Amino acid sequence: MATLYIDNKPYEVKAGKNLLETCLGLGLDLPYFCWHPSLGSVGACRQCAIKVFKDETDTRGRIVMACMEPVADKQRISIAHPDAVEFRANVIESLMTNHPHDCAVCDEGGSCHLQDMTVMSGHNYRRFRYNKRTFQNQDLGPFINHEMNRCITCYRCVRFYRDYAGGRDLNAFASRSNVYFGREEDGPLESEFSGNLAEICPTGVFTDKTLKEHYTRKWDLTMAPSVCQHCSLGCNTIAGERYGELRMIANRYNGEVNGYFLCDRGRFGYEFTNSDLRIRQPFISKFPVTKQQVLAEVATDIKKGKVIGIGSPRASLQSNFALKQLVGADRFFHGVSDNDHNIADLIVKILKEGPIRVASMHDVQQADAVLILGEDLTNTAPMLALAVRQAVKQQPMKKLAKANIPAWHDAAAKELLQDEKGPLFIASINTTKLDDVATATYHAAPDDIARFGFAIASCLDRSVPSVSNLPGELQSLAQRIADALSNAERPVIISGASSQTQSVIRAAANVAWALHKKNKNTGLAYTLAECNSMGLALMGGHRLNSAFDAVMNGHADTVIVMENDLYRHGKAADVDAFLNKAKKVIVFDHIVHRTVEKAHVVLPAGAFSESDGIVVNNEGRAQRYFQVYECHEPIQESWRWIVDISKFENNVGMGWEHFEGLTRTIAEAEPLLRDINRVSPPASYRIAGQKIPREPHRYSGRTAMLANINVSEPKPPVDPDSPLSYTMEGYKGLPPSSAIPFFWTPGWNSVQSVNKYQEEIGGSLKGGDPGIRLIEPNLKSTLSYFTELPEPFVPMKDHLWTVPLFHIFGSEELSVLGDAVAKRAPQHYIMINALDAAEQKLSENQELAFDVEGQLYRLPVKISTTLPKGLAGLPYGLPGLPNVELPAWLIYKK
Amino acid sequence: MFSIIQSMWLTFLHAFHKRETIQYPEEKVKLTTRWRGRIVLTRDPDMGERCVGCYLCAAACPVDCISLQATEDENGRRYPEFFRINFSRCIFCGYCEEACPTYAIQLIPDFEMAEYDRQNLVYEKKDLLIEGEGKYPGYNYYRVAGLAIGGKKKGEAINENPPVDVKSLLP
Ligand code: SF4
Ligand code: SF4
Ligand code: SF4
Ligand code: SF4
Ligand code: FES
Repeated sequence: MATLYIDNKPYEVKAGKNLLETCLGLGLDLPYFCWHPSLGSVGACRQCAIKVFKDETDTRGRIVMACMEPVADKQRISIAHPDAVEFRANVIESLMTNHPHDCAVCDEGGSCHLQDMTVMSGHNYRRFRYNKRTFQNQDLGPFINHEMNRCITCYRCVRFYRDYAGGRDLNAFASRSNVYFGREEDGPLESEFSGNLAEICPTGVFTDKTLKEHYTRKWDLTMAPSVCQHCSLGCNTIAGERYGELRMIANRYNGEVNGYFLCDRGRFGYEFTNSDLRIRQPFISKFPVTKQQVLAEVATDIKKGKVIGIGSPRASLQSNFALKQLVGADRFFHGVSDNDHNIADLIVKILKEGPIRVASMHDVQQADAVLILGEDLTNTAPMLALAVRQAVKQQPMKKLAKANIPAWHDAAAKELLQDEKGPLFIASINTTKLDDVATATYHAAPDDIARFGFAIASCLDRSVPSVSNLPGELQSLAQRIADALSNAERPVIISGASSQTQSVIRAAANVAWALHKKNKNTGLAYTLAECNSMGLALMGGHRLNSAFDAVMNGHADTVIVMENDLYRHGKAADVDAFLNKAKKVIVFDHIVHRTVEKAHVVLPAGAFSESDGIVVNNEGRAQRYFQVYECHEPIQESWRWIVDISKFENNVGMGWEHFEGLTRTIAEAEPLLRDINRVSPPASYRIAGQKIPREPHRYSGRTAMLANINVSEPKPPVDPDSPLSYTMEGYKGLPPSSAIPFFWTPGWNSVQSVNKYQEEIGGSLKGGDPGIRLIEPNLKSTLSYFTELPEPFVPMKDHLWTVPLFHIFGSEELSVLGDAVAKRAPQHYIMINALDAAEQKLSENQELAFDVEGQLYRLPVKISTTLPKGLAGLPYGLPGLPNVELPAWLIYKK
Repeated sequence: MFSIIQSMWLTFLHAFHKRETIQYPEEKVKLTTRWRGRIVLTRDPDMGERCVGCYLCAAACPVDCISLQATEDENGRRYPEFFRINFSRCIFCGYCEEACPTYAIQLIPDFEMAEYDRQNLVYEKKDLLIEGEGKYPGYNYYRVAGLAIGGKKKGEAINENPPVDVKSLLP
C-alpha cells in the first residue's frame, strides 16, 4: 500500500500500478485513450496528462502521462492543475483537427469514448480552419464496419488484434498523420475475435455491422444481463432490444469468465433470434392454432398417452427441470448422443470427485504452462483459446520483475520479451490456430492423443500405467512436456468433449492428477458441447438411445422434445424411425429444424433473449440470463408452457408459478444444483425501494413507438421473475453484479464505464463476479488414476477413421442461422490426408462418395498435409450435413 | 388608495385601445417565424431528405413522442425508415429542433392541427416531410460530414483533402 496525494487529498492505494488506473480505480475522472486494462500502457495518445510534484513545496510540478508513471509512496499529483487541464484540452483539440463531422451518422455516437473524453477535456468549439485528412474505407467482412476517417491513432485496435488476440491481417500502414489501420486489402477480418474491435476502438472506426442493419443508439436499447448461448464457456453478455427485436450483443465484464472480450460467434450469433425460421405461433399438424387450443391438445395428449420427455443441452436448467417434473424423473431423457452423455458424466465425475479445482478462464490466462489434449479451442471454445494466448506470456513475464518493469508497461515489456513464449503444448487431431504460439504440437488420432497423455502422466508419476512401444521422439516429447509442466507454478491442462473420445478426457485427468501431487496449483479445464451441457449433466436423466428404445418397444407413444433438434444428436435413420413410430411428437422450440418439421404439435418457446433461465458453463458456474423484453404472445419460455399445460390439465399446476419458485424447487430436488438459488437476486430485491431499469434514462420514443397501433400507450409489462423493470424508471446507481443490464456512469457513456463497476481496475466486479460455482473439488479424493489405456490407432485399408472437425462459424446450431455468421461458415467437405488422397487418386474438390455408420455422404474432398494419415475429418454440425456418431470408420463407395 | 384608482384608470383607458381580439378563423393569426407549431421534416438544397436518423431529437424530447428507425440507402446515405411524432403528446417545446444536427426537424408557425380523433394526431413521415428547406435554407449536412454517400465520395466534402494514398512512400 502507498499513500498518494491527489490534488492534496490523501488516498491509500495499491503500489505498483500506474497512476491512471489508480485514479480511475478511485472513481476519479481522467481522460485517456490508448491505455486499456488488458493491453497496458504505451503512452501514445498523451491524453492522460497530470502534474506530478516533487514534494509539498513544489508548486510548479511537471506534466507526465499518468498511464506511464507508477505509483510511488507519498507521491503528490494533480489532475485539476490548470497546466494539466490545458494540456489535455490541447491534446484533444489536436486529435480532433481531422475528425469528421460525423456523430449524427456514426454508430459509435452515444456510446463513444471519444465524445465522452472530448466533453471531459472541455473541447467545445473547433478553431482549426484547415482541411481534414480523409481515407478510403475497406470492406472487412460481415462483422465489422470500417470508417477510417474517425481514427485518432491510439493504436488500440492493432495492439488488441495482433498482440492480444494473435491476429495477423490487421495492421497500421503509412506514416505521420496518414497512419491507416486496416488490412492489406479488402476482405473479412480473419481473427475470431474481430468483433471486440467495436469495443476496443474508442471511436467509430470499427463498429458492429450487424447492429448497423437495424441501427439503434445505446440509450434507446432495452438491455438485460445475458449469457452467451453458443458454446460451453458461458461468456457474459449484454443483450439489447428495440422494437421487439434483438439488436446487439455486447460484452458484459466478468473477471472470472470472459473479462473484457467475446468471440465473434458470441457477439454476432444473436441474429438467429430475428431469423425467418423463428416459430412465433403454436401449430397442430402444421396449422396455426391459438394458445388455448394447443394447451388443450397437449393436455389431452399427456393424459392419454405414455409420455416421455427429451431435454436439451441448449435449454436452461429451468426448462429441463420443468420437463423432467412434468413427465417424471424416470421418463426424462437427456437429448444428447450417448457418447456425449457419457463424456459429460465422466467430466462431472472427474471434476467432482477429483482433487483439482476447475480452472476458470481467468485461471487459464494466469497459467504459466498449458497442455491441450484433443481440442481445437479456437473452434470449440473460442474465448478459452484467447485465454491460452495470454497464458503463453506468463512465463516470459517473470523476467519483467527482475528488470524492474511493471507488467502494465506494455511497450517496455514487449521490447524486453520480444516474441518469447512460455510453454504451450498441443496434442490435437489436426493443426489448430493456436499452433503458432505452441512450444510443440502433436497431431494424431484421438486414441493416440490419449496414449500420449497417458505417457506424459506416467513421466510425471511412475504409478500411472506407462505406455509401451511409444515412438522414441514422442516419448522424449512427453518427457519434455512433463518437465515443463513440473517446472511451472500454475500449470493448466485443457481437454474436452470435441474429440468425442473418453480416453482423451481420462488422459487429461491423469496428467492433471499426477501434476497435482507435486503442485497444488494445477488447474484442469474441460470444454463441453453446448451452453448448458454441464447443467444437464448435473441433472439426472436417461440416455437418448433408451428413449428411442422406449418408443420402439412400445413403452412410450407420446414424445415431448424440448428445444432440441434430435437430428443433431442421433443418426438420421434412428431419429426418423423413432419419430415415425411415436404416436404424438410435441416439440417446444424457438426455431424450425428437422425435428420440428416432423412434429405433430409445436409450441413456440422463447429464445434466450425472451426467457429467464440459468445455464451452467464448463467451469460449473451457474449463470443467469434475464429476459430482455417481453415476448410477443404466445411465445414464452418452455418452462412457462409447461406450467400452463399442467394448469390446463388438472388445475393444480406444478407447485411453482414463476422463475423463483421453479428455481427453488430445482435447488431442493437436485442435489448437485443446490446452490442455484443464489445465482441472482430475488425478484423482490429493491435498491432504495426501486427496481433496476433495463433502459437507460435517456430512452426515447415511449409515447410514439406504438402510437401507430394505438395512440394510448399500453401499460409497461411487469416482470414477475426478476428485480429488473422493463422501463427506464428505477435505481440509477450500481446494481448487484449479477444483474447489470448495461454499463453507464455519469460522463462515461461508452463501455469504458465498466471501470467504475470494478472493485479494482481489471479485477472483479463490485460485489464479486457473477455466477455461482456448483462444482468444487474433493480435496480428500481417493480417485486413483485411470488405467484404461487405449490401443494405438492403426489405419485400416480402404477405410478412414472419421473424426469431427469443428468450425467456430458453422458448427453451432443457432449462431449459423444468422446472416453474418452464415457468411463465414465453410462449405461441406471431407478432409483427408494427402497420402490417402494419392492412394485413392483423389484431387482437391473432387467429389467422394462414402459411408459412415450406414450414413451415405457425397462430399468434395479437401486435402490436408496436417491431418494424420488414415483419418478423415468431417465438419461437425454444418447446416444440411447429416449427423453420425463419430469417431467411426468411413468406407469408400465407388 | 391612490394605486387602486390608478389601476382603474389604466384599465378604463384600454377601452379606447385598438382591439386585440381577432375574428378567428375568418381572420388568420399572424405568427412570427419563430413560432413553435407543427413539426416538419425538411429537405436539403439538393432535395434529399435532411434527416439522417441520428435519434437526437427523440432523445431530447421530454415527452418521448418521437420515434424513428434509421436505415441506409445502397450508397450509404442514412435516412429514417419511419419517423413518427405523436402530436397528442407533443408539448411544442422545440427541443427536437434544437438537438437536430442537420436542421431537418423544424417547428413552423402553424397550430391548426386539431382533430376529433386523437389517433389522427399520430403523424408518420409522409405527414411530416415537406418539399423544402424550411427556416434554414442552404445547409446540407452530408456536404460537411465525412461519410461518403451517393454523389459525394471521400474527400469531396467541404474542407476535405482527397483521400490519403496509404501505399505512397512520400514523406
Ligand atoms: S467517433 Fe465518436 S466523436 Fe467521432 S463521429 Fe463517431 S460518435 Fe462522433
Ligand atoms: S482505429 Fe480506433 S483503435 Fe485503431 S488507432 Fe484508430 S481510433 Fe485507435
Ligand atoms: S467463447 Fe463461447 S461463450 Fe464465449 S462468446 Fe464465444 S461462443 Fe460465446
Ligand atoms: S435530430 Fe434531426 S437528423 Fe436526427 S433523427 Fe431527429 S430529425 Fe433526424
Ligand atoms: S492513456 Fe496515457 S498516453 Fe494514452
